[in-house]
Amino acid sequence: MRMLTWKYASPQYFYPLAGKMIPWFAALAVLFGVSGLWLGFFVAPTDAQQGEGYRIIFIHVGASWMSMFIYLVMAFWASIGLSFNTRLSSMMASALAPTGAMFAFLSLWTGALWGKPMWGTWWVWDARLTSELILLFLYLGFIALQAAIDEPRRADKAGAILALVGVVNVPIIYFSVKWWNTLHQGASVSLTQAPSMAKTMLLGMLMMALCFWMYSIAVALARVRAIMLERERNSEWVTQLKEVQS
Amino acid sequence: MKPRHKRIALIVGGLASLGVAAYFVLNALNSNIALFYTPTQVTAGEAPKDRAFRIGGLVKVGSVQRNEMTIRFVVTDTAKEISVAFTGILPDLFKEGKGVVAQGKLGADGQFIASEVLAKHDENYMPPEAKHAVDQAQNAAKTLK
Repeated sequence: MRMLTWKYASPQYFYPLAGKMIPWFAALAVLFGVSGLWLGFFVAPTDAQQGEGYRIIFIHVGASWMSMFIYLVMAFWASIGLSFNTRLSSMMASALAPTGAMFAFLSLWTGALWGKPMWGTWWVWDARLTSELILLFLYLGFIALQAAIDEPRRADKAGAILALVGVVNVPIIYFSVKWWNTLHQGASVSLTQAPSMAKTMLLGMLMMALCFWMYSIAVALARVRAIMLERERNSEWVTQLKEVQS
Repeated sequence: MKPRHKRIALIVGGLASLGVAAYFVLNALNSNIALFYTPTQVTAGEAPKDRAFRIGGLVKVGSVQRNEMTIRFVVTDTAKEISVAFTGILPDLFKEGKGVVAQGKLGADGQFIASEVLAKHDENYMPPEAKHAVDQAQNAAKTLK
């Protein structure tokens, strides 16, 4: 098992494995996405307070969860890359950043669209919204910093330090609605309490969250494959690939 | 110590000190991060006197009065109350007994003149029939008391 793990930690062996996994995760993303949207738009009941407008929750919550979770995974890989000097870990961190940034943006955007009709404003500087905006800037900063440094190993190190410093923001986002008074409401779903949502609403939301998971994995794998090819283009295993030779 | 153990120790130590630093900063900024003051804080004089700020709480049931374009209502945190006057359009979710956040200034007479009123909804999502059942159960519990 240990040998197997180390084997796939090398780009040479991980490249074909990732290629084989992508279609499966992509197919699962479509499956969960279709069933989640169907549940969300056709099965889940109207909300007593917010009418039909609440349905943006099916995108908004999944995207927000994903934006926070991807950051943690990114920081995890960055720290592994920093301490063990493993090539693939740093590449994984770089591959995750654009997807995380996209979900952070999606979360803020759908949140604004939701806030206008329900709260009466697109934006308010409360702790939840502000810390999520900082998360988006952390992602963009990570991407920009890595792009600004030509030498990949130095770019990895600088990015890893930024990613690790930013980790402190994730619990702040998550607990902001508990620690301070905010316009944003508290969590409907948490590990410690029964969810305060009707069953079908919850199911649709979880399906969409799973869809975003699968999508993120598929896209990150595709991106890490491209990064591997780019960084190791002079190594023997790349030059021997069929798709490179033709 | 191998170099990689040293790096791990550095990362863990760095994260720990960062966490402690963040804790102190957030603690110091506590009152600035909060979006609004509660009526209890306002009556205790914690809110700024000559500057606009936000108050938040529940719209007291039975307190909403409409007069032309001006709406008067009472914001309560169940302990203290502040009366608010607002001229403008209210969000759809503004309702008696529901959450509200209003931005404005405190007048000399203790009335809050709001320039913006936002609705704060809760985290419960349920179909209207379930809401009806919950309301009935709560009313029943009240009459029993």
